[in-house]
Amino acid sequence: MKAKFLVPLVIFLALAGFLAYGLKLNPREVPSPLVGKPAPAFSVAQLQAPEASFSSADMRGQVWLLNVWASWCVSCRQEHPLLVELGRRGVVPVVGLNYKDGRADALDYLVRHGNPYTTIAVDPEGKVGFDYGVYGTPETFLIDREGVIRYKHIGPLTREHFERVLMPMITELSRAG
Amino acid sequence: MIAELGHFALILALVLACVQAVVPLVGAQQNRYALMAVGRPAAQAQLFFLLFAYGCLTWAFVTSDFTVRLAAVNSHTATPLIYKITGVWGNHEGSLLLWAASLSLWTVAVTIFSRDLPEAFMARVLGVLGAISAGFVSFTLFTSNPFTRLLPAAAEGRDLNPLLQDPGMIIHPPLLYMGYVGFSVAFAFAIAALLSGRLDAAWARWSRPWTTAAWVFLTAGIAVGSGWAYYELGWGGWWFWDPVENASFMPWLLGTALIHSLAVTEKRGAFRNWTVLLAISAFSMSLLGTFLVRSGVITSVHAFATDPARGLYILVLLVLVIGISLTLFAWRAPRLTGGGSFALMSRESTLLGNNVLFAVVTGAVLLGTLYPLFLDALNMGKISVGPPYFEAVFVPLMVPVVVLMVIGPFVRWKNDDSARIVRRLAPGAIVSVLLGVGLAVVVGNFTWRTVLGLALAAWVLIGSVQLLRARVAERPGAAAGAGVRLRGIPAAWWGMWLAHLGVGVFIIGVTMVGSLESELDVRMKDGQTARLAGYTFTFRGVVDAPGPNYLAARATIEVARGERQIATLTPEKRLYLAQQMPMTEASLDIGPFRDVYVSLGDELEDGSWIVSLYHKPFISWIWLGCTLMGVGGICAAADRRYRRLAERRVPAAATQSA
Amino acid sequence: MPAERFLHSLRTAALLLACCAAGAAHAAGEAVPVSDDPVLEARVLALSHNLRCLVCQNESVAESRAPLAVDMRNQVREQLAAGKSEKEVVDFLIARFGDFVVFTPPFKASTVLLWLGPAILLVAALGAFALRLRRRQQEVPVPLGEAERVRARALLEAAPPPEEPYK
Repeated sequence: MKAKFLVPLVIFLALAGFLAYGLKLNPREVPSPLVGKPAPAFSVAQLQAPEASFSSADMRGQVWLLNVWASWCVSCRQEHPLLVELGRRGVVPVVGLNYKDGRADALDYLVRHGNPYTTIAVDPEGKVGFDYGVYGTPETFLIDREGVIRYKHIGPLTREHFERVLMPMITELSRAG
Repeated sequence: MIAELGHFALILALVLACVQAVVPLVGAQQNRYALMAVGRPAAQAQLFFLLFAYGCLTWAFVTSDFTVRLAAVNSHTATPLIYKITGVWGNHEGSLLLWAASLSLWTVAVTIFSRDLPEAFMARVLGVLGAISAGFVSFTLFTSNPFTRLLPAAAEGRDLNPLLQDPGMIIHPPLLYMGYVGFSVAFAFAIAALLSGRLDAAWARWSRPWTTAAWVFLTAGIAVGSGWAYYELGWGGWWFWDPVENASFMPWLLGTALIHSLAVTEKRGAFRNWTVLLAISAFSMSLLGTFLVRSGVITSVHAFATDPARGLYILVLLVLVIGISLTLFAWRAPRLTGGGSFALMSRESTLLGNNVLFAVVTGAVLLGTLYPLFLDALNMGKISVGPPYFEAVFVPLMVPVVVLMVIGPFVRWKNDDSARIVRRLAPGAIVSVLLGVGLAVVVGNFTWRTVLGLALAAWVLIGSVQLLRARVAERPGAAAGAGVRLRGIPAAWWGMWLAHLGVGVFIIGVTMVGSLESELDVRMKDGQTARLAGYTFTFRGVVDAPGPNYLAARATIEVARGERQIATLTPEKRLYLAQQMPMTEASLDIGPFRDVYVSLGDELEDGSWIVSLYHKPFISWIWLGCTLMGVGGICAAADRRYRRLAERRVPAAATQSA
Repeated sequence: MPAERFLHSLRTAALLLACCAAGAAHAAGEAVPVSDDPVLEARVLALSHNLRCLVCQNESVAESRAPLAVDMRNQVREQLAAGKSEKEVVDFLIARFGDFVVFTPPFKASTVLLWLGPAILLVAALGAFALRLRRRQQEVPVPLGEAERVRARALLEAAPPPEEPYK
């Protein structure tokens, strides 16, 4: 058996290895290049008090979550109970970004499903969302005291994922400094 | 009840596939004819049960039996009958059943048309095909059973994806599958040859018509698919380098290489281990394509809903089939050498050059398709590899292939005089370059792409004429009329000639539409006109035009050139009710030198409509070229030479049975 | 004042006529292109073809009708209109959505193999081709042995080949 005739087999097995590994990956998940970078600054109106404004700079010195949601977003409803619980327990401040939504619809949604947010910023045209590279709702960003994005989650948060990944990061970031 | 019968038939088919995989192979190894003879009836009975199962599934769709989950998810009572029937393969489970049925169809075709194969060889071929079939039927049964019940039944079905409710989709999947799966025959012949150690010119001759036939189906399948994308997606693109398109294109590239390599192996006995490797690789690419579409490792508009268990099963299948055959190759191939010497200027080296380039192109397409997956697996970020990459890689590699394609048929086997070839071809080449430059100036698009494309196409056409004249001149019996001499040319030669001509026609289409197409988006109201590429489009309003399972707004747009009315186009905007999915249905006026293409956008607040107008010069030449290639393939596969052995055998068989 | 009235009616008529003409022009005239600036629109379209619509996964921003694609097209249009170059716009989008958003992967350490791979393949394949060719040219045909000669003669004389026919 000459070595050169084994080349196709070796190439194929390497390929199969990658394919096997690929089965475990989710091709639809796109990591954000913003992780590790300062969160884009924005200053917009608040949902419940349209005359008042919310600025990302207000959150300086705190570890917080920015949760992008909308009343038309079906999968947002999946993670909503978890967010309500987080809000009640006061684990971490959760700022909502109401994305491409109508004010009345959004308020109605909160009445029906509960309001987990400390503040809600409104982004009717999706301009803030665009700066954060939002391409689907819900999306959740973890931002540290210096205003740097530490983590991004696409799709509904699950309790398991929150406890396993986000919670340790939040504890760690809150302790440091 | 019908669904259970189908399920049962599928189980029987699996049992038969296992029998077909094991018994004839054992028979061939032990030289026991009784065991070898089991292959044929097993294959035929398997086809019967697979078709029966397929029929049962179709019955569930046609009668809207929504207790069958698959029908509930992919059909609807209001779906037109033809799309109820085609809906069977518009999903993962049903298309897998079609896959298995095509494989069985090919197997039975082998038992009928290759009767004269030595018995042991036939037994091995059937054994290999049976093993593949067992793999796929079990995959269907264990992970993707199409007959799963849905109890309680759904009140109404969810309907077939509207994108698939289109005439192009009626024939595209069966053609494509026949092509994909058809390479399994060449594969089985190669494995049987490796097993028996008999890899000679006879083996190549047996394989050739099967390979060509599969290639014809694949060519037709890809062409129909791209035609479908052209008019169904609503903006006139025809090739996207989508991973799933690449998955069908890679076996095509390797299949093309295999056809040419088999020619050398048959005529000169050379490249034997290379030919075997190609036969294995072409089918491996088909399997890999199946894996990519069904496992969800790669995102694509075409991909089926996915499930990791399925991905794992099919990967294991892939590793078994390809791994075992490549191991067999590594074990047996070193013994295969010979084929005699040949010079740089020889038919062998042009064909080998063609093979090398096709292999490199396939490698490049594979690299581009899987690279995002590699990076992701190594945690090095996510990237997209799209059309710009593939075009940048594909075009420079295909140009020398086309050049070799023109030169090759003029060159003699073994050794030829370079000066003779240059004298022969240089005038045509020079004229072609001048034509390319001249035509590019005339059409007003003097870019290197246009010049290159038109010059290449011109050379292919000039070369074809020269080749035909040379062939007629060299036929014996020069005293006879040209007609007689033309008739003396074998079908296989005509096949080669037509397919190569088709490549030239294809290049004209691609070049012209790539450099000269134009488009315009306008807001139109009743009576308003718009102009594009010398055509005047007049908007004549929108009416409701509901269909059986959709609502539609249909616009009427008159197309005129100068004063002359050319066509009345009726693009639609549809809303498919079951899935609440909006669709644009473009309307085309197809012509030999241009298509006029109109699609309807949204209605605006002031009552006007957004209309997209496209002018696509020479686009139908793309499919004309593919058609010529396909017809060429049919001619080549049907050559009498491949049947001669059979004809000679018939009287012998008759005497024996008498 | 008849003259004045006449003038007035004339003016009214003219106005009416103008209105009619305008109305007719509106009803049967040229359709309005969607974009006011066709050159800019062509640039937007060309650039959008190279952008991936993230929600649809495998369509370009130019083809897709998804809201995010519309946003991205608008963003591209705005920035190009503001005088930014194609490269600046692409960099802007990559900074937000990552390399995934462009169909032409940037040339960097992790994509070296992607961009150079085909060339490496070609060089390797041509090398193997040249090697094979040299070996083939030097190969001396081995003369047939006596046994082979006999077998060849037998084969030539007694067609079909000596194999078991499949019954």
